[in-house]
Amino acid sequence: MTARIGVVTFPGSLDDRDARRAVERGGAQPVELWHDDASLRGVDAVILPGGFSYGDYLRCGAIARFSPVMGEIIPAAAKGLPVLGICNGFQILCEAHLLPGALTRNAGLRFVTRDITIRIENATSAWTRSYLPGQDISVVLKSGEGAYVADQETIAKLEANGQVLARYASNPNGSAGDIAGVVSEAGNVAGLMPHPEHAVEDLTGPSADGLGFFTSVLQAVAVS
Amino acid sequence: MTSPQDTVLPAVQDTVDGAAVTPGRAQPYAALGLTAEEYARIGAILGRRPTDAELAIYSVMWSEHCSYKSSRRHLRQFAEKAPPTDVLLAGIGNNAGVVDVGQGYAVTFKIESHNHPSYVEPFQGAATGVGGIVRDILAMGARPVAVMDALRFGPAGAADTHRVLPGVVGGISFYGNCLGLPNIGGELAFDPCYAGNPLVNALCVGVLRHDDLKLAAATGPGNQVILFGSRTGPDGIGGASVLASASFGGAGEGAKRPSVQVGDPFMEKLLIECCLELYRAGLVVGIQDLGAAGVACATTELAAGGGTGMRVRLDAVPLRDASLGPAEILMSESQERMMAIVTPENVGAFLAICARWDVPATVIGEVTGTGRLEMTWHGEQVVDIPPGTAADEGPLYDRPASRPAGQDALIAAGPAGLARPASGAELRADLLLLLGSPEGGDKTWVTEQYDRYVRGDTVLAMPHDAGLLRIDEETGLGVALATDGNGRFCQLDPYAGTQLALAEAYRNVAVTGARPLAVTNCLNFGSPEDPAVMWQFTEAVRGLADGCLQLGVPVTGGNVSFYNQTGGTAIQPTPVVGVLGVHDDVRHRVRSGFSEPGASIVVLGETRPEYGGSLWAWLRHGHLGGRPPAVDLEAERALAGVLTDAAARDLVVAAHDVSDGGLATALAESCLAGGTGCTVTPPPDAASFLFSESAARAVVAVRPAAAAELASLCAQAGVPATVIGETGGSALEVAGLFSVPLAELAEVHRAALPALFG
Repeated sequence: MTARIGVVTFPGSLDDRDARRAVERGGAQPVELWHDDASLRGVDAVILPGGFSYGDYLRCGAIARFSPVMGEIIPAAAKGLPVLGICNGFQILCEAHLLPGALTRNAGLRFVTRDITIRIENATSAWTRSYLPGQDISVVLKSGEGAYVADQETIAKLEANGQVLARYASNPNGSAGDIAGVVSEAGNVAGLMPHPEHAVEDLTGPSADGLGFFTSVLQAVAVS
Repeated sequence: MTSPQDTVLPAVQDTVDGAAVTPGRAQPYAALGLTAEEYARIGAILGRRPTDAELAIYSVMWSEHCSYKSSRRHLRQFAEKAPPTDVLLAGIGNNAGVVDVGQGYAVTFKIESHNHPSYVEPFQGAATGVGGIVRDILAMGARPVAVMDALRFGPAGAADTHRVLPGVVGGISFYGNCLGLPNIGGELAFDPCYAGNPLVNALCVGVLRHDDLKLAAATGPGNQVILFGSRTGPDGIGGASVLASASFGGAGEGAKRPSVQVGDPFMEKLLIECCLELYRAGLVVGIQDLGAAGVACATTELAAGGGTGMRVRLDAVPLRDASLGPAEILMSESQERMMAIVTPENVGAFLAICARWDVPATVIGEVTGTGRLEMTWHGEQVVDIPPGTAADEGPLYDRPASRPAGQDALIAAGPAGLARPASGAELRADLLLLLGSPEGGDKTWVTEQYDRYVRGDTVLAMPHDAGLLRIDEETGLGVALATDGNGRFCQLDPYAGTQLALAEAYRNVAVTGARPLAVTNCLNFGSPEDPAVMWQFTEAVRGLADGCLQLGVPVTGGNVSFYNQTGGTAIQPTPVVGVLGVHDDVRHRVRSGFSEPGASIVVLGETRPEYGGSLWAWLRHGHLGGRPPAVDLEAERALAGVLTDAAARDLVVAAHDVSDGGLATALAESCLAGGTGCTVTPPPDAASFLFSESAARAVVAVRPAAAAELASLCAQAGVPATVIGETGGSALEVAGLFSVPLAELAEVHRAALPALFG
């Protein structure tokens, strides 16, 4: 049976369409989820896409974290539901305390759109098991508040536990430890600043390397 | 110059009845930008003096910005000389032109200026420029799918450019990125003439199915008028009249800051999704965006478009500032607002969809059968006018035009006497001069701040010659867009210069493999009250109309921006021309970079020693004079045919337009974009080979197996094709003269803007 993967649309979500296309190219069925509906419609996994949810008012992700759909996602994630937050989705997961740390203004203070290389550090998570450990992939970074920060203790714990999901080959925004993405201890909740959904075909992206995130989750869903 | 605050009107409202019995009351028409003759004409139309609210309507609707009173007489040529075409679904006069691109799809696109606001307040001025053009596209029933921007600033090293440029780029980045619209291209140019008057021209393109087309007409008496989106505040009051339709005095422009609008892209994003859902649900009879002249413009245009009449309760308009009166409400240019005509039975469903998107929506009036536009304020009538007199029948001027006194001398001072590089070292130095200049340098500092990936359909964006978007994933149907302008060429000869801008945009679309289809334009000029400027304008319009007729691409709409001058010095005439092309299958797109070794490099078109207005003459010698390169539109058409056919047959592995900075710049850009070097062998006149800006040329790379087929294609089309070398290696080598390693080329090219802007 085809896996059903929910993509949440918040007011101000922008990459929801791209995420649904990536889900489809990965071989699953995309399901539209609405921020104001306290329902996950029985999906097998959830993606929080990029954008400027609620206009980034207050702080990126700070309002989205309290939306009705998040009220469903937070307990489901604790029970093992695979959740991937991309860019603004990563910010929302941090605000929701499903992932440690926070995303702050880029070191250069300007918005940066760039084709970049990241290294997959953890190839066992629900979202990265299609990759090889240490594999370099080419994806898109596009963010103004993409610098990952956390206190030293948290960073040390992330490193020790293998919770660093991916690292920048060349740090574009001042992220601590070159961290591009992190994953929960249980390995089901992942946050990634760059955009794998913009790298699912050579025609419109820098590569098709990002597809691995969307095929990985199929294996994870099949196993569970 | 009077500041807009001087025009604040009294709390006791000036009613229609009151105006009839107080004919002699003094009114601030001059401060609102109207002449005594225009004011008298309003009185003649109404048979009495206007009320303060009516005066507000006429002042903004009859402004140069809204009425095109100095340009309309000339713009008619775009219709009179329109080439025979069956691709236009909606043309000039609508919010934007709509073009049939096949398979049931239509595309709407338009470019518009936001020059003066962007100088006064760069960040918000540029941001709201993007917002305004996006709503124009949305109002046609289309989903906006991409933006572009054509930017021109004063000298890159000047202090004021460091205030204006980062603000403008930041504003476009902020607004466009938050809307989720990829920025797929544009221009960046510098010249001292733009120092007191930068040009910020924003383009938006949208896609719709043929049946989705919407028009701005209030039809069906009894239908309801709904204002939705942001609340109305005191920002942008008089933006169209006192700001956009007057020259800058030279100092104290900060006083005009209240005339600049403030943007909220989050609300605009909600408005886009909300409108598209309303369209899908079939709830919209007519729609208009609120841009320049706000409620005044939307109500008069909707009422004039429908022809039957409209009644509006101005006190029902939701306000951000409760102290606003009727005249201010009418003139406010608060952003992110739309006005729709809805049948009474659909009002409930309409408001429900707005609520789902958290978009405030209010019924403020209804369509009537009186033929009049009537407005009330707490029950008292403050407006009663025939709407067509404000919307369509504004003043029409035949401004005097005369060839500038210095024009002959400018042409006589040609580039023939300029010392040209001859030795390898001189040629090499000139290449690096061009490539490392802000004009010729890499634009990544700017384009990196824009999201070009969102929506997942961007096939080509910067640094390619045109943006290319996929429309249909199944069939590969797509559209290409390019904008071009060249103030130097137009200064020398506005007729030829405008045709060169058209030809370059046309060519830039064709190098990707697309077939050029239609044209939009943004005509940036100085004051129309200056006969020399008016001459430049008439020549440019005539050149564009003639050129479009010859190339078979209709003008679908556009925008005129006059008064681009500070004091008595006008900018160079700068018509910016946007060309839209259709790509039958974007999987056959051609990129500009050399990405593989062993391909033959072929120059298509003829190179003559043409340096007038060239980047080389300007940067090497600070020279601007003579004639611009010769225009040959038949050669352009033949070249575009070859490029489109070659792409469809997969004959070329790279194609790049040759224009600013000549073949040397084109080759360097192709080497850097694809990461592969090249070796070329020049003819005896190496300087012209490298730096001449002869038009109707492109450089292509062709694999040996396809070379014969390309040669025969060119021969059939009568396009000269000269093999000049081969791709490969890690340097740009001009045989026998010089070589530059790609690493050095890249360093020089990339350093230009970061060195200035950090």
